[in-house]
Amino acid sequence: MKNFVINPVLNKEFKLRFRSFKSYLGILFYLLALGIIIIGFVFIQSLSNSFGLFKPEESKMMFMLLSMLQLALILFITPGLTAGVISSERERQTLNMMLTTTQSSTSIILSKLVSAISYLLLLIVASLPLYSFVFLYGGISPAQMLTTIAFYVFTIIAFGSLGVLFSTLIRKTIVSMVTAYGLTMFLAGGTAFLTLLLMQLGYNYSGNPSNVQHVPFAYFAAMLNPAIALFGTFEPEIIDEITNVTGIEFPLWAAYLISYTVITAGAIFFSIKKLRPNMKKG
Amino acid sequence: MIEIMNLTKEYGSFKALDSLNLKIEKGTVFGFVGQNGAGKSTTFSILATLLAPSSGTAYVNGYNVQKEPREVRKQIGYMPDFFGVYDQLKADEYLHFYGASYGIPYQEREKLIPQLLELVNLSHKRDSYVDLLSRGMKQRLCLARCLIHDPEVLILDEPASGLDPRARIEMREILKELKTMGKTILISSHILPELAEMCDQIGVIDQGKLVAEGSVADIQDKLRGEKIIFVKVQSSLRETVSFFEDDPFISNVQLMDDDHTIRFIYKGSAEEQTALLKNAMVKGLPITSFAEEEADLEDIFMEITKGVEMS
Ligand SMILES: Nc1ncnc2c1ncn2[C@@H]1O[C@H](COP(=O)(O)OP(=O)(O)O)[C@@H](O)[C@H]1O
Ligand SMILES: [Mg+2]
Repeated sequence: MKNFVINPVLNKEFKLRFRSFKSYLGILFYLLALGIIIIGFVFIQSLSNSFGLFKPEESKMMFMLLSMLQLALILFITPGLTAGVISSERERQTLNMMLTTTQSSTSIILSKLVSAISYLLLLIVASLPLYSFVFLYGGISPAQMLTTIAFYVFTIIAFGSLGVLFSTLIRKTIVSMVTAYGLTMFLAGGTAFLTLLLMQLGYNYSGNPSNVQHVPFAYFAAMLNPAIALFGTFEPEIIDEITNVTGIEFPLWAAYLISYTVITAGAIFFSIKKLRPNMKKG
Repeated sequence: MIEIMNLTKEYGSFKALDSLNLKIEKGTVFGFVGQNGAGKSTTFSILATLLAPSSGTAYVNGYNVQKEPREVRKQIGYMPDFFGVYDQLKADEYLHFYGASYGIPYQEREKLIPQLLELVNLSHKRDSYVDLLSRGMKQRLCLARCLIHDPEVLILDEPASGLDPRARIEMREILKELKTMGKTILISSHILPELAEMCDQIGVIDQGKLVAEGSVADIQDKLRGEKIIFVKVQSSLRETVSFFEDDPFISNVQLMDDDHTIRFIYKGSAEEQTALLKNAMVKGLPITSFAEEEADLEDIFMEITKGVEMS
């Protein structure tokens, strides 16, 4: 391990993270939160089912529940893990010394991001045994499982980059956190609300669900929403519904990928640019 | 070598640095003195590529701090006035981290780190967590960190502030050792005597302007045209006293308690002083010693800042 020098900042971040008791506590609470809900779900199901058996449709339900829950937890944790990575070094007065080394700004920003992402991945990996339930009873394909995990990774990178950007731009960690949480709440909750609202508008215009007035704005709200994008991979009908109302045929998951790829690239680019003072201008 | 040309830094309408000009030759120990808020840290931050100047330029070993910041970073070891440490790292891991940040390979660091810890007298703390070290130890560890990539220039912002006298002396001894290693050292302080002993060159900054620059003696001369001189004689006390009393540049002639020493204030130039001594010899006065008082540099400093405030 000692010879395995990946990158100084990454190496240091890993060391600090896994020496901190908080990190383990975090994993524990994460699994507890997921586990309790799963057990509760199974318990309620078995009450309503006279044979106490678990059917494949219910297994799919549980997979969806688990996955949406996991998404919610990830969206909840990511800003907290990333919105302090630079500003906290600034507050502890370690940033200046790091910036006077010959490490590139790119390497510092990416290491910070990768470090935070790695911890989130660890949480996801740790949660995998909970899914074994689902596979035990069938109803879910491994492809669906892999899609979901890939979706998590992508979403973590996107929201993590935004957190890193705020942490770079905003001097105080607390302000950066509030900003990052605010934006995440808007992107995860606000856009869902907007989508529903705008779609309702479409229905109301026509009065007839089969003959709706097109509301393209609903599409732009929906394409930014991670919950809709993920749910769409389970239940394509809701995507069809959005296509129906908005009149935009372009696949929603592709719009999600494209918009967040642009956001991620922009956030990383500006973080790198703003980490050190702009010297060339003078 | 450091060259600072018309360096200006503005925060809004406030000028923290006002057309600063400085030249520091290679191998010089330069003391940067000024009261709190004078602009020392601002100057050092610009040299360390952490702050962009509003106008003017600065060069470190010929590299422009704005155009070639990466090259400048290779040349300098920078110690900020206030700095923190990571609380879950041990002293040698701390140095490994910064060493790696300068791209030094692991094997090389393994050889280097014990030497550096030895230099700053922290060999026994190699496996201690850095946040548990005393302030003086942290300061020394930070100095070791500055040295890890063997920079030619050290920029140390108030390295002795907040240290107790013992830790101060320890820090000074280490700096002297670095001086013998031929490094160019820039060191700032708001207390002049702390620096005087070890500096070849001193710059005094006040409200963003360089108000005096030169060797300690130069500054002394420049700042006060007068010196306190002690003369010792074997005999002919009265004759000697009247000789000095007659000189137009001399005032306040006093006889000290030991009946052998005369003290007076001298206002003449160096040439006039030579002439005075020659005259005394021609007169055959039995002078055994003629010495300038080592003035307390802090007094000089107080005088400079007083002068600046008045104008
Ligand atoms: N970021 C900043 N914004 C506004 N004023 C600043 C800032 N940094 C420093 N100053 C001001 O610039 C002046 C010089 O500060 P500094 O270089 O830290 O002084 P010194 O290190 O000599 O004590 C001070 O008056 C300080 O208040
Ligand atoms: Mg300062």
